[in-house]
Amino acid sequence: MSYDFSALLIILLPLFCFILLAVFGKKINPKLSGIIGSVTIALTAILSVYVAYCYFFEIGKQGEAYVRHISYQFQWLKFNENLSIDLGIVLDPISVMMLFVITFVSAMVNIYSLIYMHDEERFRMYYAYLSLFTFSMLGLVVAVNIFQMYIFWELVGVSSFLLIGFYFTKPSAIAAAKKAFIVTRFADLGFLIGILMLSYGAKTLDFFTLIERLTQVGSPYLTSFVSTSFLGLSTLSWALLLVFIGGAGKSAMFPLHIWLPDAMEGPTPVSALIHAATMVVAGVYLVARLFPVFAISAPDALHIIAYIGAFTALFAAIIACTQTDIKRVLAYSTISQIAFMMFALGVAGWGEGKAEGFTASMFHLFTHAFFKALLFLGAGAVIHAVHSNEMDDMGGLRKAMPITHITFLLACLAIAGFPPFAGFFSKEAILYSASQSNTLVYYVGLLTSGITSFYMFRLYFKIFWNKESHHHTHNHEKGQWAMNIPLILLAVGAVFAGFIPFGSYVSADGINLQFPFHLGFSIAPVAFGIIGLAIAAALYKEEKGLPDELATTFGNLYQWAYHKFYIDEVYAFVTKKVLFNLVGRPAAWFDRNVVDGMINGSASITGFVSFEIKGMQSGRLQTYTMFFLGGILLIAAMLVMKFM
Amino acid sequence: MEQVPLSHVLVLSTALFFLGVYGFFSRRNLVTMLMSVELMLNSININFVAFNKYLYPHQLEGLFFTLFIITIAAAEVSLAIAIIINLYRKFKTIDIDDTQTMKY
Repeated sequence: MSYDFSALLIILLPLFCFILLAVFGKKINPKLSGIIGSVTIALTAILSVYVAYCYFFEIGKQGEAYVRHISYQFQWLKFNENLSIDLGIVLDPISVMMLFVITFVSAMVNIYSLIYMHDEERFRMYYAYLSLFTFSMLGLVVAVNIFQMYIFWELVGVSSFLLIGFYFTKPSAIAAAKKAFIVTRFADLGFLIGILMLSYGAKTLDFFTLIERLTQVGSPYLTSFVSTSFLGLSTLSWALLLVFIGGAGKSAMFPLHIWLPDAMEGPTPVSALIHAATMVVAGVYLVARLFPVFAISAPDALHIIAYIGAFTALFAAIIACTQTDIKRVLAYSTISQIAFMMFALGVAGWGEGKAEGFTASMFHLFTHAFFKALLFLGAGAVIHAVHSNEMDDMGGLRKAMPITHITFLLACLAIAGFPPFAGFFSKEAILYSASQSNTLVYYVGLLTSGITSFYMFRLYFKIFWNKESHHHTHNHEKGQWAMNIPLILLAVGAVFAGFIPFGSYVSADGINLQFPFHLGFSIAPVAFGIIGLAIAAALYKEEKGLPDELATTFGNLYQWAYHKFYIDEVYAFVTKKVLFNLVGRPAAWFDRNVVDGMINGSASITGFVSFEIKGMQSGRLQTYTMFFLGGILLIAAMLVMKFM
Repeated sequence: MEQVPLSHVLVLSTALFFLGVYGFFSRRNLVTMLMSVELMLNSININFVAFNKYLYPHQLEGLFFTLFIITIAAAEVSLAIAIIINLYRKFKTIDIDDTQTMKY
């Protein structure tokens, strides 16, 4: 089978699966629909391994560098001679890498859900939505055109909305789905304006033409774009920042992160797929896609991204330390890790010795997908057994769930960055590139990786150690192969993914990039990790009052972090008190009184006048004739006046 | 033979016309009102004939118009009588004051 056709199949199979399940699925046995979904996605995962193999080892390389390969492209919507929206499939290192990550994690989640969701009433629709999501996400990463990306971007938003609100009988799930949709949609407004500005400046929507036109020094497009500036940033920087706002919305960067923790209302496998491994990295992917433009033409925008990323990483990590809902801890951990990827891009530059951040970011995206999906699926297994999301209901589960315990531990070690697990390598790469260009960001990253280690092991000890479990002594995992196999496969990824020489395959300019490996450099991050682990072990390995005492000691800080720094309340204040009162109410008043008033007024004037004059319609023939005569006499008088 | 001057004829026709108008507005009986309308039409006929004779004795337009008006008046009378008969059948009266149902 040809390699282009395989790439096409990867995109289209999930779509067919969605159509089959959603439209013609009534006749399919619900159990079978799960199998259909899982097999289809597993097939795409195999195909994507094949495509990745072909790309990286056979056709991708031309000379020294990996070049992009357009598998398919056709014109979909033409505006004029120079501007059209094309749909197509592009294969380059990052999109091939993403294809693999998405299909693999999606396949794991599909298989896992066979057990996890088995007694759901809408099992078939669940699989349909999963397929729809996988299709949209794959379409997003292979986009050849910024508008194609936008289309799939919104599709991803819709399927995320559907999946978060899957338990639509729960009011909190509905609220979470709405919140996710509105916040990301609001951010997408920035993305859309950014697209319009970029396409206006570059006179194209095609990614590669756009990148080419906006990175060549002296090109007329670039010159006119950077010549105007606003508030000290060039128009191009503003356009890219607006695009970044869209990415920040999807990737839950501060201050648009508020939807992600609430999105945990969805089924846990969905959180693993969408809110850990794939959709939330779409923002990172977007910045990576436009990276040459950012790095060459608008480094100031990149700096802003670096600071936002670093701040979000620390901010989310602090909140994660105080949450008690295990999925929320993982949600904040996701925000923090994505922020790592974001600031890794932010500290990167263009050229020899500067672009490590790009590779580091993609590397972390790759490894993070494994261990974070693993953490979510492990948490799902725990929730499945305990029927609660709260840490305090757990504890001592290591005997009842040995496989979950071991895989969860591996994932924690990976995310905390202990060698030789996957997270160690990617986090080292990120911290290294940060230390090369921005010391402040480096120290924030270092501190955050220590905190990461603390909150992950807090989670681990609270679930599997702490108190001895009373009612969970028997093994919960027997016969649940469909839940255990994905855990084991992902754990393999979480342990070994770091050994891939990632820089040889994925780099900003496609040329082999080797990370200099200093043993000395690794000491600080690992030491921070060990300190975090040690504190967590001391506090949470056995049940004691120390954590509560610490919480009281830190008092305000703890309360602030526990309440997520009141960001939700700030939003509620801004929307409910400020926007509703200052914009919403006046607008409603204007609508009711002025707009409606004009319509109602004209109607009531007509009604009043006709009520007043209807007496003239008396039904007396002679009265009518009198008016007629009066009119005739008037005309006669006027004629007489005129001719006299 | 000394002719009657034009102004006399016009005074006659004006008097007839306003008699018709007065009759139309003051009577309540539909047949009388119809008669008043006929009076007005005939006063116009007198005008036409008079102007034709006094001003353009060699032409015939005025006479033709008169013939037209008489024809139309005949048609109009037949229509009006039909309406009045129908009205009578419905209301058992032809008094205009009792037949005012076509109003607001």
